[in-house]
Amino acid sequence: MNPPSTPSHESKAVRHTVSYPRFLLDAFDEATEGSRVFYVWMFALTAIALVGAHAWANQVASGMAVTNMTDQVSWGLYIANFTFSVGLAAGGVMMVIPAYVYDDHDMHRVVIIGEVLAIAAIVMCLMFVVADLGRPDRFWHLLPGIGRFNWPMSMLTWDVLVLNGYLLINLHVVGYLIYQRWLGREPNPKWYLPFVFLSIAWAISIHTVTAFLYSGLGGRPFWNSALLAPRFIASAFVTGPAFIVLSLQVVRRTTRFYVPSGAMRTLVSIIRVTAVVNLFMLVAEVFSEFYAGGSHVASARYLFLGLHGHYELVPWIWTAIGFNVFAAVVLLTPALSEKRWLLNTALVLTFVGVWIEKGMGLIVPGFIPSTLHEIVPYAPSLTEWKVMAGVWAAGLMVFTVGLRIALHAMTGEMRADPEDLGAPAGLPTAGDTAADEDAVGSAGEEVDAPSVARVSQLEGAE
Amino acid sequence: MSEDISRRRMLKAAGATLGAAAFARAVAPLAQFTESTNMEEFLTQHYRELGPEDKTRLIARLEEDTLRKYGAEVTIRDFLPQENVQFGYALNLSVCIGCRRCADACHQENNHDRRTNQSYIRVLEMEQGSMDMERGTMHYDHAVPAEGKFYMPVQCQQCENPPCTHVCPVEATWQESDGIVVVDYNWCIGCRYCEAACPYHARRFNWSAPEIPAEEINPDQGLLSNRIRPQGVVEKCTFCLHRTRDGRLPACLEACPTGARVFGNMLDPDSEIRWVLANKRVFVLKEELGTRPRFYYFFDT
Repeated sequence: MNPPSTPSHESKAVRHTVSYPRFLLDAFDEATEGSRVFYVWMFALTAIALVGAHAWANQVASGMAVTNMTDQVSWGLYIANFTFSVGLAAGGVMMVIPAYVYDDHDMHRVVIIGEVLAIAAIVMCLMFVVADLGRPDRFWHLLPGIGRFNWPMSMLTWDVLVLNGYLLINLHVVGYLIYQRWLGREPNPKWYLPFVFLSIAWAISIHTVTAFLYSGLGGRPFWNSALLAPRFIASAFVTGPAFIVLSLQVVRRTTRFYVPSGAMRTLVSIIRVTAVVNLFMLVAEVFSEFYAGGSHVASARYLFLGLHGHYELVPWIWTAIGFNVFAAVVLLTPALSEKRWLLNTALVLTFVGVWIEKGMGLIVPGFIPSTLHEIVPYAPSLTEWKVMAGVWAAGLMVFTVGLRIALHAMTGEMRADPEDLGAPAGLPTAGDTAADEDAVGSAGEEVDAPSVARVSQLEGAE
Repeated sequence: MSEDISRRRMLKAAGATLGAAAFARAVAPLAQFTESTNMEEFLTQHYRELGPEDKTRLIARLEEDTLRKYGAEVTIRDFLPQENVQFGYALNLSVCIGCRRCADACHQENNHDRRTNQSYIRVLEMEQGSMDMERGTMHYDHAVPAEGKFYMPVQCQQCENPPCTHVCPVEATWQESDGIVVVDYNWCIGCRYCEAACPYHARRFNWSAPEIPAEEINPDQGLLSNRIRPQGVVEKCTFCLHRTRDGRLPACLEACPTGARVFGNMLDPDSEIRWVLANKRVFVLKEELGTRPRFYYFFDT
């Protein structure tokens, strides 16, 4: 596992202090180099992120009056996106479970993509929370030990803990695996496997706690449902895998990393189940709201049918339901889901469908009618849309760069120079075998062969 | 080869510099925000961690700020809860005519934003024969009292079991020994979780800095009540603690032309509020939520 001559602890530590900065430098190089498509993509994301940053800076300066939130609808697009991003982060773990619990080898190859997604999504969560704060300058009040942390009473403090914990766990796992690959060593399971299993439980916890934020409020009947947490988990396991299946196809086309088809099949099978479970729970919720009736149903009525001449959210929710039903039908009909373009359309639509369901379909109607039964409609302002686009762009940048570094470490394209590290030359390294595997796998997969050729072409051109 | 690499490094460094410059330009409006604040404000501790000297300094700073930003000389004092006092409020729905003078008085007394005509009190016009708020409205614009209607002012219920304080992640809002729920305006981070948690729409957020002409500012101010709130924090009714902890009555009560409002110390057996609780059939709003309001409603007839 380790180089044959095991050095003493001291020299090991010294070596890491030398090699780790080099690793970071290599990672930085990797993150800032690529094909023309990569540059265009990153440039576009940077531009959007800057627009978002500017809109946010204006919001901080002139106050949140630049949003369309009110005392009646006091949370809007930011918290909706926060909730959705938590789901995306939790959904990444849907690769970890098959890979490690069921020992699915195909999934094992690509599991790091789910972990990178988790990191990017959590970064987005944190940015959305900051965007929603009236006083971001007082952020330090939330730091345990320095500020005043209302734990365990406030669900929001639980969220601070689980979200940051999940970020650290995934940073550790991904960082460790990449570093070891870069060193040319086989990762030691002792140093990452316990954290992988911890991350499974932790993923469930982040979305459960986020659901408890809302379902724990007795004054908001629309949220005050025990079904909220299970619904969040089910929809998270739709969006996370859907995003990964789409990303895997991009990875196949643009890198020489071998993506086994088995992994994609497993993920699609997962979505097949979770998409239907998610729809089923929606039906269950709608039934108990409407059959009993009473004032409890006011928010649901406003959302699905309109209330007292107000119909602002009705098109949103029916669009979401349409998208989700369409996706479920495609996924459950083999003749349809075999068509790659149709499958991809279904995945994109259900991704958007769940996004609507959690935002305009859940956060906003929780406030309408207000607790004094006043109907104040809400539609996000331009500032809110800009900030949202900026955060998504920043999240995609983290995802792209993280993926690029991770995959290049896995394929051996990013590798330490053995002479620099003072390792005996000619030592067989784990990375070489991984690269061999890639070659074999690519040859076996007809889809991968041309993409490898294309990538080498691109690199040759550079 | 190595020349190629160093050329790339140069290009990257140039790109990074450009990116950093663009970012600095994008977030430039933050400078406007930092101008309005300072290190001392940034480092202000939580109200309950302030010693007497800290408080004096904080108050001096706040008074100075008010003079500088609003052009008004004000006196801010820190009114502490008195011993053996539990405030209670009762409202006679048979007498209330829905004139909303209480809401106006609150607006003046508590230095609310003038543009939004903010107030801690909202008055519902309800249909006779129904307690369903769904059938009531706050947006009535006609002579009052109207036929077949009754009126229900709603403000902070100063719950004994307040959901708003439980959810605050930074303990910026809490219940004091006399039952009043207060907000530390220097500690609130503006997440608005309390606003979502309150079942009575009692909390307000300062979506922008309040605007009040200097001559309209109420100069008698409490540190935890009606002093002018900063932008981006939550505020709420404090039963006018700067008055009531000083032996006076809430502004909304004094403004009421029909005498519908009864306020007092529930621990004092001779108080009027105790008489109402003992002799009237009182009820509280949304009792089923278990918030145990200290704000009671009753009908005479």
